[in-house]
Amino acid sequence: MSATMTSTSAATYRPRVSDQDWRRIATWGGLCALFLILVSLIGMPVGLDRRILIHPVLSLGYLSLLWIPLVLGYVVSKHVVLEGMAAPEPGARDLVTGLVTGAIGGVGLAVLLLGIDNFNIRDPLVNWSPQLLSLLTYERGLGFGAVACIAICAFLGLVGSSIHVVPATVRRVMSFAAYGLLLFSVLESAISDLSEGFRLEWLTDIMFAKRGGLTLISSVVLALLLGALSVVFGGRVKSATTRYRELEGLERQRASTILFVVVAALCIVLPLFLGTIMNELLANVGLFLLLALGLNIVVGLAGILDLGYVAFFAVGGYTTAVLTSADSPFFAPELHFGITLVIVVVIAGITGLVIGAPVIRMRGDYLAIVTLGFGEIIRLLFMSDWLKPYFGGAQGITNVPGVDLGFATIKGTDPRSVFYLVLVFCALAIYISWRLQVSRLGRAWMAIREDEQVAEAMGINTVNTKLLAFVVGAILASFSGAILVAKVGSVFPNSFMILVSIIILVVVIVGGMGNILGVIVGSFVLIGVLGGPRQPGLLQEFQTFKLLIYGALLVFMMLKRPEGLVPSARRSQELHQEEFLQDVWLKGEDHEAEEASEHAAETGPGGDEPPT
Amino acid sequence: MNTAAGTAETSQVGGDPVAILELRRVNTHYGAVHILKDLDLAIYPGELVCLLGGNASGKTTTLKTLLGMVTPTSGEVVLHGEVVNHRSISYRVENGVTMVPENRRLFKRLSVKENLILGAYLRTDKDGIDADLQHVFELFPRVEERLGQKAGTLSGGEQQMVAIGRALMSKPKVLLMDEPSMGLAPALVQQNFELIEQINDDGMAIFIVEQNANMALSIADRGWVLQTGMVVLDDSAEALLANPEMRAAYLGEA
Repeated sequence: MSATMTSTSAATYRPRVSDQDWRRIATWGGLCALFLILVSLIGMPVGLDRRILIHPVLSLGYLSLLWIPLVLGYVVSKHVVLEGMAAPEPGARDLVTGLVTGAIGGVGLAVLLLGIDNFNIRDPLVNWSPQLLSLLTYERGLGFGAVACIAICAFLGLVGSSIHVVPATVRRVMSFAAYGLLLFSVLESAISDLSEGFRLEWLTDIMFAKRGGLTLISSVVLALLLGALSVVFGGRVKSATTRYRELEGLERQRASTILFVVVAALCIVLPLFLGTIMNELLANVGLFLLLALGLNIVVGLAGILDLGYVAFFAVGGYTTAVLTSADSPFFAPELHFGITLVIVVVIAGITGLVIGAPVIRMRGDYLAIVTLGFGEIIRLLFMSDWLKPYFGGAQGITNVPGVDLGFATIKGTDPRSVFYLVLVFCALAIYISWRLQVSRLGRAWMAIREDEQVAEAMGINTVNTKLLAFVVGAILASFSGAILVAKVGSVFPNSFMILVSIIILVVVIVGGMGNILGVIVGSFVLIGVLGGPRQPGLLQEFQTFKLLIYGALLVFMMLKRPEGLVPSARRSQELHQEEFLQDVWLKGEDHEAEEASEHAAETGPGGDEPPT
Repeated sequence: MNTAAGTAETSQVGGDPVAILELRRVNTHYGAVHILKDLDLAIYPGELVCLLGGNASGKTTTLKTLLGMVTPTSGEVVLHGEVVNHRSISYRVENGVTMVPENRRLFKRLSVKENLILGAYLRTDKDGIDADLQHVFELFPRVEERLGQKAGTLSGGEQQMVAIGRALMSKPKVLLMDEPSMGLAPALVQQNFELIEQINDDGMAIFIVEQNANMALSIADRGWVLQTGMVVLDDSAEALLANPEMRAAYLGEA
């Protein structure tokens, strides 16, 4: 943020409008065109056109294109204000930059239209289709379409760049309105589900059009409302969070308790007002959250890149199925879920040890590859003819009963009850992860993650400690597997594809490795909105593009935000403190000369200066 | 760590000093390659000794053998009179051997405090740990200021302080330092060695492995010179500094 445009330093100058960095514009304009064409040919606009966001004007399909010039217009007109250098004042020049970039992108799209109209290469390119043409030309002919594409893209580029130019209040109001509208339209099904629960159907009837999507009027009203809200609440949320972070000791504890009670109450009460589909979705999010929390211990804390994590998910599932189902082919004791769970823990722990023991001495890449193999081996074993008499092969084990609690039965047909069960386990897992993180064991894991050899030199038994991380992760995953099987009522080897491992890993990475809150947010965003390997999310239309988006997101996060969506509070606290300390240090006059000379020495040839 | 001071003096004055850590005719191999050849050395309480030598002379291997990262193929590693050839690293750390690794190697993404506490990983006496933490803060007031900060964001000099502090947290009887001058600016090297001397004055036995012979000998009591895994010179620091062979080979004089 600080490096953008809000130059508070005195040295600014007003550049001429024609004084542009044309090479930069050409690069980004070209990128814009490339992205637009790529997304079109992937089939996103046509495939996602069904999902309407704002009734007559905007569908998800159009949105999949329109964000590109907007974002690139924003990026291209962003300036890094160099310390001690005169900075150009944001203004007309930046607007032109954005406009031209967008226009170049639009030209690219127009060329694509021309191409689709004149040549037929549908054979290799499935989406080189008349549907795409009619979508992009708004069904009004090529000439109109081409002009419209260029105009719209240029306009969006302009809007993107104007973000740097307009005053901060306007920026906040606009972004609030835009994000809010997007959120409302994406969460449409959740909102209508919720309003049904609260007997407020009339509200959603007004808000959303029949075929889905906000109506034009309601979106205008909503935008105005959100804009007004942003003015009223502007900055309050931020100051509240910083105030919370600054609290200490007892007060902080009290604030945390209140926060916890509110969140807990919401988690318990909200599902009562949600319908089947939403509860199902929440239950899925919870199942993956449980997995992600376990993997977070293995990867995030101990730094063991386990790509075969799904193996433990499978072990938990199969153990539960064998022990509870009456249809288990070989051994069917039909135990109660509670007793099964104890056995699941034991078996998952043993499996963790058995797989972990040979693997754990390897480092980094080798470990990742070997665990990847083990993950597949477990699935193939369950699938094999050799073990078919015990686990049913590809047909799996069916007829797994739900969880009988005496007063109620938890099973898949009642997703709300499943959600509550998952909630209990998630709460348990969060508590365990949280306590472990600040414990001696947690510190040992982090030390191993940072520098295994030095950790060993500190006297940490690295092999045993890493094995323990493996086992704890395995147990959490097996819980998730047990619940999944009780929920679905059956178990098949193909529910445990390698893809599951990878998706959980993406959840952990995108959320923020080693960060519990990050993992929670990551599961909600990825599993809840985009959907899990088989489970649809809120944006069901993304089903076909899910893996693409996962991949793109992963690349983006690794490049731009390796600390994850939610940088841990601890970290920002530290940064905060660091700034404070530096201020003190800079202002402090009573520091000895020795320190000053040391500082001079550090900035010298050593180059050991901390990155500030 | 203050308690070691008294025993150090008495044991050396007594004429029959008992070594804390000893290598007796130690041989080590990496695969078939012979690294240390019949190495004998002993570290007595309270003294500051250094092991000098060029690249690939076996300095680091000696250190690893002392700490237990490398097991000798023959000979004995003796800690407080007990042969510890097959004892784990954690056993040796628990019994007073600690290493300050080359290039400091802090746990970069952990806070300074976590780094220090990890130094006391094997200790369970909470009060003692707190007391030693205070002792580290007395030695390095700067470290206390940076307690919540990530270790990787510290400057080189501060990192060195944390690295030494972390080693002290295990309440060692002997501190093994691997190339303490490596990667530091000259002014900091000077400061670093002053620090080492100060800790030694408090009674801690220190074993330094160094390439920077001049610097190490200026503060050490005794020194060994290692060449291709064999001790070629074994003398007091003054004698080594005066030794013409030594001057030619390691002190940069023709």
